[in-house]
Amino acid sequence: MIGLAIDIALWLIVAAMALAAAKRSGALMRGTARQGGLEFLQLLPRIMIGVMGSGYIAAALPQDMVGQWLGDTSGLLGIAIATLAGALTPGGPVVGFALGAAALKGGAGAPQVIAYSTAWALFAFPRLFIFELPIMPVQVVWLRVVASLPVPFLAAAAAMLLGKP
Amino acid sequence: MNESATGDQPPRRRKTFDWSAAVILVIVIAAAAYVYWRDGADRFYDVAWHDFGLFGDMLPKVLAGCLIAAFLTVLLPREVISRWVGTDSGVKGILIATLAGVILPGGPFAIFPIAGAFIAVGADVSAAITLITSWTLLGINRAVVWEMPFFGIDFVGWRTLAALPLPVVVGLSARMIVKAMTGYRRQP
Repeated sequence: MIGLAIDIALWLIVAAMALAAAKRSGALMRGTARQGGLEFLQLLPRIMIGVMGSGYIAAALPQDMVGQWLGDTSGLLGIAIATLAGALTPGGPVVGFALGAAALKGGAGAPQVIAYSTAWALFAFPRLFIFELPIMPVQVVWLRVVASLPVPFLAAAAAMLLGKP
Repeated sequence: MNESATGDQPPRRRKTFDWSAAVILVIVIAAAAYVYWRDGADRFYDVAWHDFGLFGDMLPKVLAGCLIAAFLTVLLPREVISRWVGTDSGVKGILIATLAGVILPGGPFAIFPIAGAFIAVGADVSAAITLITSWTLLGINRAVVWEMPFFGIDFVGWRTLAALPLPVVVGLSARMIVKAMTGYRRQP
């Protein structure tokens, strides 16, 4: 139900933006829609690999080790391990989320999982080297990394303060 | 996909895209083979079916996200961006960049070029960093399309709440680092 509502909301936004573009010119609207569609087609194989594959990566995880290293009692060390693991995870669109969800089911603590998915989102080294460094000025990338270093720990700490959902 | 209708993209991006996808593909094949070997064919197909459902569920959202990103780039004038998050925009610029990161759709394919363009048209570096951080941690599109199918709405909401102030923290620390470093270098 929520999934459907989100779909409808997203497509309403698309319709509104297409209308705004069409008001300027029909050609602009069609050209832009075509470009968006082409980007989608380019993403498709990658998403397919990411989604289909992340299930297998998650299934291949040794669950007992996850519980032991990242469980609720693993504390600050668990958060540090989760942060490092997140940074080393390949930066596909879903790999980090899939692994985090699998770890959560496998007995990892919620703050540890949050540290993991936050570190993955911020630092995933493969994505950093493949996408960000070629596109952004080098100093800006390293400035961002240094300024973000404490963030996975802060997110985990905030999650602990807030308590479980 | 060789019909290069998106000719405005630098060829370098296309190449690296294939390379990183290939690395992930190798990891995936290894993991799938390991699951098949350890747990047998039934479990192997179970995982495939479950993930195929997830994949189908994501497609309409991803397509919508791509279209929104494409329209946004033509509808948002660059002068407005540089005025809002330019070099003199201060804390206000960081707050605006946080908000922009929340609503901006698209993957890293979209956000890094946008952030790079921001810097190129005169946006503050720490505002651009805030934008990336905010998109990464708070982006609605990312949370809805990618994160919720795995974690569910409660967990994602809770995580987002915990991460709410962090883009501002990162932006302000980036600005402090820049100030400290330029101050150090410019000392007579």
